[in-house]
Amino acid sequence: MSDQVSPSSGSASGAGTVSLDTAHQHGTGGLPAVFENPGLPPHVHRAADDDPVAAKRAERQVAALFVLSILGTVGFIVSYFTIDYTKSVFIPFIGLTNLLNVMLGVTLGISLLGIGFGVVHWAKTIMSDEEIAEDRHELRSTDADRQSVGVVLAASGESAQLARRPMIKATAGAALGLFALPLTVQLAGSMGNPTKALDELKATIWDVPAGGEPIRLVRDPELTPIKASDVTIGSVFHVMPATLMELREHNLEQGHAEYHGVLEAKAKAAVVLMRLNPSEFKDDALGRKAREWGFEGIVAYSKICTHVGCPVGLYEQQTHHLLCPCHQSTFDVTRDCEVIFGPAKRALPQLKITVDDEGYLVAPQGFAEPVGPSYWERLK
Amino acid sequence: MNALAARRRHPAAIAILLLLGLALVGAAYSLLAPKPAQAAAPSAAAAATAEDAALGRQLFLANCATCHGLSAEGTKSGPTLIGVGAASVDFQVGTGRMPLAGPNVQAPRIEQVKYTEEQIAALAAYVASLAPGPAIPEGKEVTGETGNVALGGEIYRVNCAMCHNFAGSGGALTRGKYAPSLYGVEGKYVYEAMLTGPQSMPVFNDTNITPEGKASVIAYLNATMNQPNVGGMNLGNLGPVSEGMFIWIFGLLLMIACAFWLGQKAA
Repeated sequence: MSDQVSPSSGSASGAGTVSLDTAHQHGTGGLPAVFENPGLPPHVHRAADDDPVAAKRAERQVAALFVLSILGTVGFIVSYFTIDYTKSVFIPFIGLTNLLNVMLGVTLGISLLGIGFGVVHWAKTIMSDEEIAEDRHELRSTDADRQSVGVVLAASGESAQLARRPMIKATAGAALGLFALPLTVQLAGSMGNPTKALDELKATIWDVPAGGEPIRLVRDPELTPIKASDVTIGSVFHVMPATLMELREHNLEQGHAEYHGVLEAKAKAAVVLMRLNPSEFKDDALGRKAREWGFEGIVAYSKICTHVGCPVGLYEQQTHHLLCPCHQSTFDVTRDCEVIFGPAKRALPQLKITVDDEGYLVAPQGFAEPVGPSYWERLK
Repeated sequence: MNALAARRRHPAAIAILLLLGLALVGAAYSLLAPKPAQAAAPSAAAAATAEDAALGRQLFLANCATCHGLSAEGTKSGPTLIGVGAASVDFQVGTGRMPLAGPNVQAPRIEQVKYTEEQIAALAAYVASLAPGPAIPEGKEVTGETGNVALGGEIYRVNCAMCHNFAGSGGALTRGKYAPSLYGVEGKYVYEAMLTGPQSMPVFNDTNITPEGKASVIAYLNATMNQPNVGGMNLGNLGPVSEGMFIWIFGLLLMIACAFWLGQKAA
């Protein structure tokens, strides 16, 4: 490498080579028909190959690395048995940290690195330094080799009696082919009942059956009902339907586990409730619709992002923007949660709310459209 | 420059460069890393009196009226303070957010509070005298002593975690605004923030999260901030962003260094 052209020593290079710091020179043009084979670089001996002192030094270095590994392992064992697992210490840059975990990690690291570095150093300094050149050869096997493989395959088929025993051939093929079924069935089955899947995607536990009572809005996680007067301007409430409690009671009556299906129901029913000054809604069709579906400036929207279903919980009470933390989709609450930024394509579905005789917020009907991310057969 | 260029192929150059890079990143981290909690002096919340309000009015006219208006009715540069209550003043001035140093998307928390506790109490008394609003919270709730950590964690995850991060490290909002870190914030200010909804933050009044619930949130935050890092360095508790950066920068550098060493012929 050192006898290559270097920018600082242009004059040292031989005639005919172009130094980087001299001006461009016109060549004769054209490339040689065949490049000369430069051959292999000469084999350079390592210090430890020729000098016994250097070899001894390398040996000691390798041994030292292995000793380091031994110390690490011993340290690990000692730490494991002597350090109280609840003890914490202050470590600069890290802060208060569990001492046992730190010691186990550090000692095990030293133990493994010592072995690894020792072996590599051993190989690099002391193990044989023979260099072998292997020429490339054609990838295609010789015709004789190819023919003999064919002969061997045919002979194996003959000795297994494949051609003479058609029953084995047929059943073995069928067994192997059918083995794909358990995998396919599991995959298809995990997608749900194809006749009911669409209805399940559209349904939430906010849905009120025909002639049914409106559903109260309750606080998440306390599950207490919310009075309209509780929601002051600028407030945000995280809301679940009261039917969530009924679901748990129903589970217990039916002998299911109490929380059977509760998480799935919650995941679709999450609602965020805000109160704005009614004058802050935009005076256009969307703003008026949002206001009408709310109650005195209180509006409720599905908390499930229409992009990929993250909870849209970041409400900025001054700008009235709802922000999704996953991909920064931003919804404008003053215009019916229209998308104003980000990858979401649809507005958040609004939940129509009103109050009952006792002043509690209720939802007289479920969502008018499916909540959550888009899917193929989604019907507006 | 020439001397440097001539030595760039020195066998030690790569090691020196690596060390320099590591030291630089380490120094940058120690400068930018979240500082440990610093307990502020306990506030001697003086009872609001008419004299306080009079002193507060003088302070207000001298320091706040430019933006908030001569009678706190608000101007183009600042919102009205009528009805925001003493709690709001105590939060904004007590955490150094007000007076605002300059126009910005958001008032940042500043360690050097500009006023003494008496002056803040006077300002709060003046603003409270304008119209009724949330008073400065007192009692056991604000320190979180009476709180239930488990319940607080549940309330925090539903109501607070989406903006302030699962560990209270804060997070980004839209257009340069952000939810600040909750590390080292006194319980009283956490309580006041929930009560008054400063800046982008919505209001969590007592009918939304009860005083016991607020005490539980504060208890949860205290427990979270003071628990040791069982898994080692927490990298600011920012989740996959800082953890990914760490492994991309340090882990990959280390692997490249190892690969380089493996490929080098011994001297």
